[in-house]
Amino acid sequence: MITLLEARNIGKRFGGLQALSDVSLTIRKGEVYGLIGPNGAGKTTFFNVLTGAYTPDGGEFVFNGSELPTGKPHKVVGRGIARTFQNIRLFRELTALENVMAGHHIRTKAGVWGVLTQNRFTREEERLTTERAYELLKYVGIERFAEVVSKNLSYGDQRRLEIARALATEPQLLALDEPAAGMNATETAQLKALIEQIRRDGITVMLIEHDVKLVMGLCDRVAVLDFGKKIAEDVPAVVQKNEAVIAAYLGGGKHAH
Amino acid sequence: MNELAAAVPWLGKRNPLAARWLIIILAITAPLVAWQFGKSWVRILDFALLYMLLAMGLNLVVGFAGLLDLGYIAFYAVGAYTFAFLASPHFDVHLPFWTILPLGAGFAAMAGIMLGFPVLRLRGDYLAIVTLGFGEIVRIFMLNLNYPVNITNGPQGINMIDPINLFGWDLSRNLQIGENFSINSLFLYYYFFLLAVAGSIVFVHRLQISRVGRAWAAMRDDELAAKAIGINTRNMKLLAFSLGATFGGLSGCLFGAFQGFVSPESFSLMESIAVLTMVVFGGMGNIAGALVGAFVLALLPEILRDVAVPLQQTLFGHVLLDPEVLRMLLLSLAMILMMLLRPAGLIPARARYSHDHHLSNKLKQEAAK
Repeated sequence: MITLLEARNIGKRFGGLQALSDVSLTIRKGEVYGLIGPNGAGKTTFFNVLTGAYTPDGGEFVFNGSELPTGKPHKVVGRGIARTFQNIRLFRELTALENVMAGHHIRTKAGVWGVLTQNRFTREEERLTTERAYELLKYVGIERFAEVVSKNLSYGDQRRLEIARALATEPQLLALDEPAAGMNATETAQLKALIEQIRRDGITVMLIEHDVKLVMGLCDRVAVLDFGKKIAEDVPAVVQKNEAVIAAYLGGGKHAH
Repeated sequence: MNELAAAVPWLGKRNPLAARWLIIILAITAPLVAWQFGKSWVRILDFALLYMLLAMGLNLVVGFAGLLDLGYIAFYAVGAYTFAFLASPHFDVHLPFWTILPLGAGFAAMAGIMLGFPVLRLRGDYLAIVTLGFGEIVRIFMLNLNYPVNITNGPQGINMIDPINLFGWDLSRNLQIGENFSINSLFLYYYFFLLAVAGSIVFVHRLQISRVGRAWAAMRDDELAAKAIGINTRNMKLLAFSLGATFGGLSGCLFGAFQGFVSPESFSLMESIAVLTMVVFGGMGNIAGALVGAFVLALLPEILRDVAVPLQQTLFGHVLLDPEVLRMLLLSLAMILMMLLRPAGLIPARARYSHDHHLSNKLKQEAAK
């Protein structure tokens, strides 16, 4: 299998807290990769470092064979990594459609001059952006809300919209931060189907999730973080039986501090 | 224009086309009506149009990009002084109007970028304080750059600025048609400024409904998420500052030429706040709001001043409150009333950031399948 993303010895410290220490992991093309761990284990920090929101203190990411720039979110997106947030972060005043259109920003070119003159290139690009955004809304199943201002959407639909917006950046790796948080069983099942569809369409998915059932049912491989260190990485069935993992989740053992 | 038409009471929703024509007719006939009340009212309308231009520019920065700018009047000053330097006896330079206009806009845009760079990482209150300082710095420069080398002529300001001259047509002279009919210069300025406002409505509207407008709105609503979808927020902020400043510079040029005189006191903090009030009062982030806010708040104090001075004289025998004090009082009152009655502004219409015809065409295609 081809490696898509390789994290090498990633470290990140916030003051006295070592949020990540020497985390190395490998994500293969086409898989769904789960990142789990107790609260405060450093999962979201890892996402933030990967997507350029934070600069790592050490280590590097190799994506598609070349090093990723650090601390420059727009360049990371340009290389093909998109993310969603643990607490939904939509553009509140924009409609669902416009949110997804905004997501297409990095794949479009129109500048001030083109916009002012409304030349053929700009108009064509705008039309394609609209159509593509609508297709993506259909893909995640909320096209009937295209014209609804996003802050008025229901919680589950907002989550879907955020995924559609991330997909609009045309990523190769989609990083989802707790996509099932706050969802009921039906919504979670729909989300699972959506993620499986995304994988079938050739996009690699990286997933932070607390819903163990979802992780075990969906992920090809899982890495476990605890206190900023990777304590396990394997297929779900093996990780489930790992003693260090059990100790981290249930407390006690050598990992109690 | 659509937003503006939709904002017309009663008619706007029933017949947008008629509402649109109504606005156009009102805009064209407004100075004729004002003329009936005296020449000074046409002059006030001219200034109202300049305020509209300013409000449109500030709306770009505050309303669309979400960057609170309390020093916006500095760009107006840059434009006005550029015009004064290049078309007055002060340096004895008299460049043509069409040469100075892009220069004034360009200098203002540069000033916008100069302000933009240091404040890239600031938000909200912090940004407001720094921009406020920037505005004051520009004003104090204008006030003090008369020594050791006299550049700005200090507090006296620069006088006898050339009027607007469109390819040999001097707008400051009454236009003589035939023997006994002439059009007052104030009308000429009015229609010229009206064209400028109309042009900038098209300009700003196109920006709003575009990739750029969406990127600004995204940045305003959630900067972190905007970065996470690949928007280069640094460039987008600088673009907003410089384009907003361009508007300030353009209207500054027009102001200098129209007034024939510029001095630092026209560019005080209170003016920045007045323009911001217009934007907020009308409804942040939509063009119609900025226009109506500017129009109402430029006119209202003048109307009340016209009423207040004679009223005070008849009531108390003398003028208790100076009209200028009254103006700020009224602006504040307008803001308080607005916050209580219409917290989203006079025209709280949601701004669109996409063409609806693209979507409806797409839906038609789908339906046809």
